[in-house]
Amino acid sequence: MITRRHALCLIGSGAASLPGLSHAQARLTYELTPKPVAQGVWMIEGSTDYFTMENGGAIVNCVLLQGDSGLIVVDTGPSLRFGEALHRLARTLDIRGVSEVVNTHHHPDHFFGNQVFAGQPIRALGETIGLAQAEGDGFADNMYRLLGDWMRGTEVTPPRNVIEGGDTTIDGRALTILPLSGHTGADMAILDQSTGILIAGDLVFFNRAPTTPSADLAQWQSSLGTLAALRPAAVLPGHGPLDPSGDAIRQTSAYLDWLADTLTRSAENGLDMIEVMQSPLPKRFAAMGAQPQEFQRSVSHLFPDVELSVLPRGN
Amino acid sequence: MLKPLALLFSLTVGTAAFAGDLRTPLADPMQSGMWTYHQKELLGDPERIGFDARVIVSAPDNAEDTVNVPLLVDATQLDDVEEILIFADYGPIPHILTYYPGSAEPKIALRFKIDQATAIRASVRTSDGAWHVGSTYVDAAGGGCTAASHAYASDDWEQKLGNIHGKVWADSGRARLIVDHPMDTGLADGIPVFIIQSLDISDVEGAQLARLELHEPVNEDPAFTLYFPPASTPDALRISGRDNNGNVIDGLITVAGYNG
Repeated sequence: MITRRHALCLIGSGAASLPGLSHAQARLTYELTPKPVAQGVWMIEGSTDYFTMENGGAIVNCVLLQGDSGLIVVDTGPSLRFGEALHRLARTLDIRGVSEVVNTHHHPDHFFGNQVFAGQPIRALGETIGLAQAEGDGFADNMYRLLGDWMRGTEVTPPRNVIEGGDTTIDGRALTILPLSGHTGADMAILDQSTGILIAGDLVFFNRAPTTPSADLAQWQSSLGTLAALRPAAVLPGHGPLDPSGDAIRQTSAYLDWLADTLTRSAENGLDMIEVMQSPLPKRFAAMGAQPQEFQRSVSHLFPDVELSVLPRGN
Repeated sequence: MLKPLALLFSLTVGTAAFAGDLRTPLADPMQSGMWTYHQKELLGDPERIGFDARVIVSAPDNAEDTVNVPLLVDATQLDDVEEILIFADYGPIPHILTYYPGSAEPKIALRFKIDQATAIRASVRTSDGAWHVGSTYVDAAGGGCTAASHAYASDDWEQKLGNIHGKVWADSGRARLIVDHPMDTGLADGIPVFIIQSLDISDVEGAQLARLELHEPVNEDPAFTLYFPPASTPDALRISGRDNNGNVIDGLITVAGYNG
C-alpha cells in the first residue's frame, strides 16, 4: 500500500531523473485503450491493483455504449484528468463524443470524472445521488491523499438525474436497469438488451478482491443471486476482466461467503483485528488483485460489528 | 525583562526538548520530530531507556478507519514487565493507554483514534526500572480525535453505557472484552470529555490481576484482548472501573459454559 512517505520518494526520484529541472515534473496522463466487447460496446479496463501513485487510480472498468446521438459512458473514473482522457477517447470512436453518463454507484473511482461531462445528463439511482452528495467530499480528501497530483483540479460532481429500475431507453439504446444493493446502499447493474452483456458495477469483481467499505454482505449475496439468474451473455465486472463464463459472479459470491465465515470464526476464537489481518489467505483468494490489502481493509470495515454479534454480554 | 532573543530561546525550550537536554539521548528509528519531547514529558526522562526490537508493535500501514485503528503490542520476549505505556507521537492528546499486566502476559490488543499520520510507541518498563521502546508508523487521513463519537448522534447510548461484551478462552490463554462507552475526547466542538479512566481485571475472589488506564484516544466502545499463560488462565474475570463522570463499570466475562 502506498504511503505519503513512498509518494514523496517517488516525487523525489522523479525530480532526480530530470537534471537541471528539479522543479519540473512531467504532466501525469492516463493511457486509455478501448477494448471492443460486442457490437457498440467498448470497455476501458482498469488495473486490478489498489490506488497507487503509479496507476493514478485507473483501477476501474468504464464502459462506452453506442447511442443514437453519441456514446453513453458508464462510470467516469477517479479524477478530472481521467474524465478528460475518457472524453478524448470517446471522440475517437464517435466524433460527436459523449451523449449521456451513468454512474453505477457512489464510490469515487466510479464518478470523480463526472466533472468533464457536466453539460450532459448524469444518471444514477436516487439513493446513489444522495450518497454521492453526502460522502463525496470525504472521498475526495482521501483520494487527494492517495493519488496526489493525479487528482489536480478534481471537484466532486455528483450525478443529478434519477434513473428508475426496469426497462428503459437511454439515447436510443434499450437497457434493463437493476436497482440493487450490498456493495453499497445502492448499486445499479445494467443489462444491455441487444448484446446480453451485463454491466455489473461493483456487485461483481473478477480476479480482483472485492471492496467492502460500504458493504452489507447478506444483501450483496442476494443481489448476486439476482444477477446470476439473468444468465447474461457476458459479465462486465466493476474491476477485473470481461467474463463470458459466469465465473466472475461465482467467484465474488465465494469470496464474500469465505470472508463472512472467516470473520465470524475469528471472533468466536477471540482473535483481535491485527491477528485476523495477519492470518494467511487461501490460495484461490490470495492470487486476486489488491490482496492482502483488501482483506485487511475488510477486517477494519466489518470485524467490529461481527465481533459484537458473537461475544456474550458480561453484565 | 527578557531580551527578545532570550525569550525566543526559552519558548523553544518550553515546547520541545533537545536531544542534548536528555539524560540518555537516543537515535529514534522513526526519525519523528516529537520523540525527544515525549521521552522527557511522558516517560519522565529516565536514565535507562532504549529502543528494543523485543517490543513488537503491530498496526496496519494505513488507518482504514481513523476512529478504530487496531494495535497489538507484544512484549512477551521481556521478563518482569510492570508497565506498558502506549502513545502516538503526533496526536492532540498523545497518551493512549497504560497497561499494568500484573499476572497477565505483557501483551495487549486495543483500538484507538488517530488524528494524523504518526509514529506509535509502546514503552515498556521492566522491574529493574529500564524502559524498552518499540515503534511502528501508521499513515492516516486524519480527524479521528476531533470527530464527534457515534454515540453523540444516537439516542440509545445511555441505555448501552457500561455494557460489557466478552469472553475468556482458557485453551488459547486470552480474554476479549468490549465496554460500551462514547469515549468523547473533548476536542469536538461543544462535547466535553467523557471517558472511562480505569478498568481493573480481577479474579472472582477479588484479587487484582491487571489494570488498564485509559486516555481520550482509546476508541469508542473500547475493545481489548488480554493474554494469559494458557495453564493459568482464570475461567472468569471481573471487569470493574469508572468513568470521569463517576459511572461505575462492572461485569464478569467467562469461558464458555462457566457456571461459577
